[in-house]
Amino acid sequence: MTRLYAALALLASGALHAAEFRAVQLDKSSISFVSKQMNVPVEGAFRKFTAQIALDPARPEAGRAHVEIDPAGIDTGNDEANEEVKGKNWFNVREFPTAAFTATSVKPLGGGRYEAAGKLTLKGKTVELRAPFTLRQEKGGLAMDGSFPLKRLDYGIGSGVWGDTSVVADEVLIKFHFVLK
Amino acid sequence: MNPRYTRTAVALHWLVFGLILANFPLGLYMADLHFSPLQLRLLSYHKWIGVTVFLLAAARLSWRAAHTPPPLPASMPEWERHAAHGLHFLLYLLLFAIPLTGWLTSSAKGIQTIYLGLVPLPDLIGKDKALGQLLGEVHSGLNFALLALVGIHAGAALKHHFLDRDGVLARMLPFLAKETTR
Repeated sequence: MTRLYAALALLASGALHAAEFRAVQLDKSSISFVSKQMNVPVEGAFRKFTAQIALDPARPEAGRAHVEIDPAGIDTGNDEANEEVKGKNWFNVREFPTAAFTATSVKPLGGGRYEAAGKLTLKGKTVELRAPFTLRQEKGGLAMDGSFPLKRLDYGIGSGVWGDTSVVADEVLIKFHFVLK
Repeated sequence: MNPRYTRTAVALHWLVFGLILANFPLGLYMADLHFSPLQLRLLSYHKWIGVTVFLLAAARLSWRAAHTPPPLPASMPEWERHAAHGLHFLLYLLLFAIPLTGWLTSSAKGIQTIYLGLVPLPDLIGKDKALGQLLGEVHSGLNFALLALVGIHAGAALKHHFLDRDGVLARMLPFLAKETTR
């Protein structure tokens, strides 16, 4: 009997191990954002980031994620804006060269939706957040897509004259797309 | 008494003139500002005024189609008539071409135009940095062409009023007509 359990456990762990995706394909992944300027949605992206994610769709609770962003790799779509947002009022990339998100829990929401809860550290401030996402298995890989709203002023992003939310809205939508193998 | 433009035509003419008079320097000023909340705010205002000019220009043309403008004075030589019609045609052309090139510039620069912050206009073309730069220059060039044409237009109107004294300016400035009929 114990041998049967041991065999089952071994089989289960093998099956689970095989179903866990842990190699993030950075070239196929992206972290982008949509900010609103005078009510006009404007897309941008963080071009420099690394991600360690391990996820098994059958056991999402065991999922782990740690994402690091180099805010100096920001692309707002406008050269002048790219320079401005690296400065003190925005990301202050010299003093805060790394932004990081670490998931502390992952849970299924049902209907193919999941939620990662964790801490986002941005410009030296750490705030708890929840990021819902979907999973889609595609030829040997797993595509993870999600988005969440973030209040930039919670992190002091866009302070000083930029604190006027009637020009640049406080809420920014962060979108992520990771391809795992 | 000289036949005049309708009150609506007169009101639309001066309204469009006033908006352009404000939007032309606004465009020059905001383009030279460094990237700032003020620039983003003025950029939006500039676009909203431009869309308004486009709509009013369309209103003027449809009004004009239904209300024939007053005839030019019989004393005007043939070449002056042709020049006047040609100039009016070009002015109308620019009233449409300038907002359109501004709209295209917005699209190419990846910053959609949302009229009054409420009504999104579709992006006519995809984001293209080099094209956006070029369109911005075309937009600016057309504005200086408009400035030159408006100068000729106003100069001609003043010539009619002070030299020819034929009541042409009074067709667009009803208070002048009242003076002359007294």
